Amino acid sequence: MNLYRADLHIHTALSPCGSLDMSPRNLLEAAAEKGLDIIGITDHNSTLQAPVIREMAKAYGIFVINGAEITSVEEVHCLCLVSHENIKALQNYIDKYIMKTPNNPEKLGHQPLVDQDAQILRLVPHSLHGALNQSISQIQATVAQMKGIFIPAHIDRPMFSIMSQLGFIPQDLPFDALEMCRHTPAQSLWKKQPHLKNKSFIRSSDAHQPQDVGAAYTLLKMHHRSFEEVKKCLNCLNDRKPIIT
Amino acid sequence: MTVKDVVKALNLTVYSGSDGLDKPVNGGYTSDLLSDVMGNASEGMAWITLQTHKNVMAIASLKDLSAVILVNNLQPLEDTQQYSNQEQIPIVGTTLSAFEISGRLHNLLNSS
Repeated sequence: MNLYRADLHIHTALSPCGSLDMSPRNLLEAAAEKGLDIIGITDHNSTLQAPVIREMAKAYGIFVINGAEITSVEEVHCLCLVSHENIKALQNYIDKYIMKTPNNPEKLGHQPLVDQDAQILRLVPHSLHGALNQSISQIQATVAQMKGIFIPAHIDRPMFSIMSQLGFIPQDLPFDALEMCRHTPAQSLWKKQPHLKNKSFIRSSDAHQPQDVGAAYTLLKMHHRSFEEVKKCLNCLNDRKPIIT
Repeated sequence: MTVKDVVKALNLTVYSGSDGLDKPVNGGYTSDLLSDVMGNASEGMAWITLQTHKNVMAIASLKDLSAVILVNNLQPLEDTQQYSNQEQIPIVGTTLSAFEISGRLHNLLNSS
């Protein structure tokens, strides 16, 4: 088995809070510089910037997983990753349920969708800060139906996390892994939440600007780089496992 | 009735955004979900919440709210206060719970 360095939670310039420097090229160059083998492109409530990055990443030898950081109706941020074949289905699901509050770029941030040369193709008109009119369980079920990867994001963050919004992790909510905040020492989280100690954890950068890409990562112990293999790894099948550093 | 009048009548503490104390208050909205406020609050309302982070001010500014009222003696974070000063939308606070202050604001606005 091999160890792959994975940062599965990265924003691009499309996210309203993402730096406009987060063009596909800048992002990939930063990822290559940090020695990342696998990256997840997870803008707020949009998958639209991911495919061009996936295409360009081949030249950098980086494997890209497409997805989005979806906001549930309870305002829990959830990393939802799907195979390339399901990316349109995930986007259709988001489009169907996201609230359509018009974006005000001056107040909430710009939302440009760009091509490989960072030329603006269009601006996403509704605010990506909004939530989907879907519960966390409905989102999980939808991602599961697409055989995707569902990871509650930064669970120990005091806002927009499963802990802050729901109080605790519901017993009946399945997930592939949990994401720990970038700076949390694992021991301190497990001291507070001992029942989580045997769960599968990842750590990611949640980068919004190029210099943060790869600032935190997870080592994935598995056979090769594919979407299915990452899913198996997060679920610790046959000695595969994610290792947080 | 202005934010200043509400502050006086309900004995609130002004934390920031005092340049906006003359804004008229035409209603209230009580919620701790930012997306809910984004979707359902309207211009001129005072927003009653326990959230203290700066995204609150982005929403308050987007929706042209008159003020943010923090409950349970919570205080705004430093960057939230800066945002409030810049947008001239006051952040004020009370020791009361959301239930209590919502009732009092409702009575006050209905009796004025």
